[in-house]
Amino acid sequence: MQAASPTAVTATTPEAMERSVKTEGFWTGAWRQFRKNRLARISAVFIVTIAAIAVVVPYLLPQTYSDQDLAVTLQGPSWDHPMGTDELGRDLMTRLIFGARISLTVGVVVQMVILLIGVPMGLLAGYVGGKTDTLVMRFVDVLYAMPNLLFVILIMTFLRGQFGDEPTGLVKLLADFDARTGGLIGVYIGLGLVSWLTVARIVRANTMSLKEKEYVEAARGLGAHDSQIVRRHLLPNTIAPIVVAATLGIPGAILYEAGISFLGLGVLPPMPSWGLMISDAIPQMRSHPYMLVFPALVLSLTVLAFNFVGDGLRDALDPWMKR
Amino acid sequence: MNRGSYVIRRVLLLIPTLLAIYTLTFLLIHATPGGPWSQGEKPVPPIVLKRLNAAYGLDDPLWKQYVTYLGNALQGDFGPSFAQRSRTVADIIGQTFPVSLALGLVAMTIALAVGLTLGTIGALRHNGVVDYLTSFVAIVGISTPSYVIVSLLVLILSSELHLLPTGGWDGIFSTKIIIPAIALSLYPAAVLARYTRSSMLDVLSADFVRTARAKGLNERWVVIRHAVRNALIPVLTVSGIILADVITGSFFVETVYSVPGLGRYFVSSISQRDYPVILGTVLLFGFVISVMNLIVDLLYPLLDPRIGSR
Repeated sequence: MQAASPTAVTATTPEAMERSVKTEGFWTGAWRQFRKNRLARISAVFIVTIAAIAVVVPYLLPQTYSDQDLAVTLQGPSWDHPMGTDELGRDLMTRLIFGARISLTVGVVVQMVILLIGVPMGLLAGYVGGKTDTLVMRFVDVLYAMPNLLFVILIMTFLRGQFGDEPTGLVKLLADFDARTGGLIGVYIGLGLVSWLTVARIVRANTMSLKEKEYVEAARGLGAHDSQIVRRHLLPNTIAPIVVAATLGIPGAILYEAGISFLGLGVLPPMPSWGLMISDAIPQMRSHPYMLVFPALVLSLTVLAFNFVGDGLRDALDPWMKR
Repeated sequence: MNRGSYVIRRVLLLIPTLLAIYTLTFLLIHATPGGPWSQGEKPVPPIVLKRLNAAYGLDDPLWKQYVTYLGNALQGDFGPSFAQRSRTVADIIGQTFPVSLALGLVAMTIALAVGLTLGTIGALRHNGVVDYLTSFVAIVGISTPSYVIVSLLVLILSSELHLLPTGGWDGIFSTKIIIPAIALSLYPAAVLARYTRSSMLDVLSADFVRTARAKGLNERWVVIRHAVRNALIPVLTVSGIILADVITGSFFVETVYSVPGLGRYFVSSISQRDYPVILGTVLLFGFVISVMNLIVDLLYPLLDPRIGSR
């Protein structure tokens, strides 16, 4: 695969230099490159921190996101409630932390759905080519013209309808997952269904150029099957751009979920989502601005952090794609 | 292939695209259980339900509904709204879409003015004050949702400083448009500024710009005649798609600022299961997006002769 970038060579003696060139693989080089980017480094630390808090802290808190204390409604930040309380006396910091679970899950799960659809589609179009390619790409073009948000909302409404009465089998499995994530399965699937296009295009373009390469030709000459070529040669060499696209897709998914929940069509109350918290805060933002400030700030910072990490990854993994 | 047949083929491609959007939406809507009448406090008596379904043609077989609606839609008739029975979908869209369109166009104008200016100056004064301002606008625009921006603007400009109204709509020549238009323009302005900046940086280091300078042309002439003209080509392609986004994506701003546009109406028609309005809106927005894509595709080779016809 790609050799280490010249800047990665820091050793001075010829022997050490040879050693470092030999041992430094693609991922080690990329990691070294990534760490040099201060903004990306700080952002990565920020994301890890938020994720750790979202996973661990709910188990340590005495209260949960739906616990009401009507004695302390609409209070500003205090020692007991560092981010204040809402009109039902719910602790806003607790809700913000549970909201982080929702947002991060959405970001990651949607990317998984996207990869699950986009990678096979891209491989199919790029590797098989011909009529198959035309068909897949026509379909991609049609979906590009779909108004995304409307389509996600339609799919969500459709899925929610399916969970109505006595679901069985796979639908029941989905319905359970749906109940546990605050009714967001529609967002995962809907967003995944409209957002795999970019990944499919990237994989297709990559596959088309890779399959003409000499080493693929050689593998075929040695009698390798299509599936072996795809698994051993095409996929590993496409991982870098896929990782970049997936990371850069996360902030978009987080913003989409927040937006849908903001409109009251996403997460089902009392489950909190940052978007829902923002929409709850707006009617009283004049008297209680803290209700708006914290969720809006955390949402923006998280989105920003993922963007910076994605940019950093692109620079590190794709030195030739630099803009 | 010559240009004429390319244009015709590209225009004809609109038909299957729109038909696919229509089919997908139609199937999704009809596969969703719970009709438009299952809402509300009191359940509708079965006999009334039957009459309602008959009156709106909902008891016809699915293929017949599919064909009937398609035929009507082609003649501009999108049927009656289920939620507001005295109005047709065409009425509702005709009343609300111009509002969204006007708001979107004003926002796009602001975005283009801000984005192109910041991007160009940012690239010319690389790492200068304006360059940092460009980065700042880009960061805020990309990471802050428009509904947060509207809320903050209302909080500061309306509630605290009493400079602007707190919501509503009064046409594009009223002060009521300022807050929603700015909020809607921030994201596209950010994207445009980033594109313009990186495109300008590429062009400024290109050979033909060096040649122009070497010929002794003055700097302003080099920038205007050679750099900007070439740098704007890729920017134009994103502009078309951004414009479609801005026109079809004003749900949040309209909802928060009480702008009576199609975006706000659509959100309420989803919860009311107002199928004809949903279908009509998806079709209209799909049409807008496809047409913008088409225009960009057709303009691109005209602006950049190097590309030519495929």
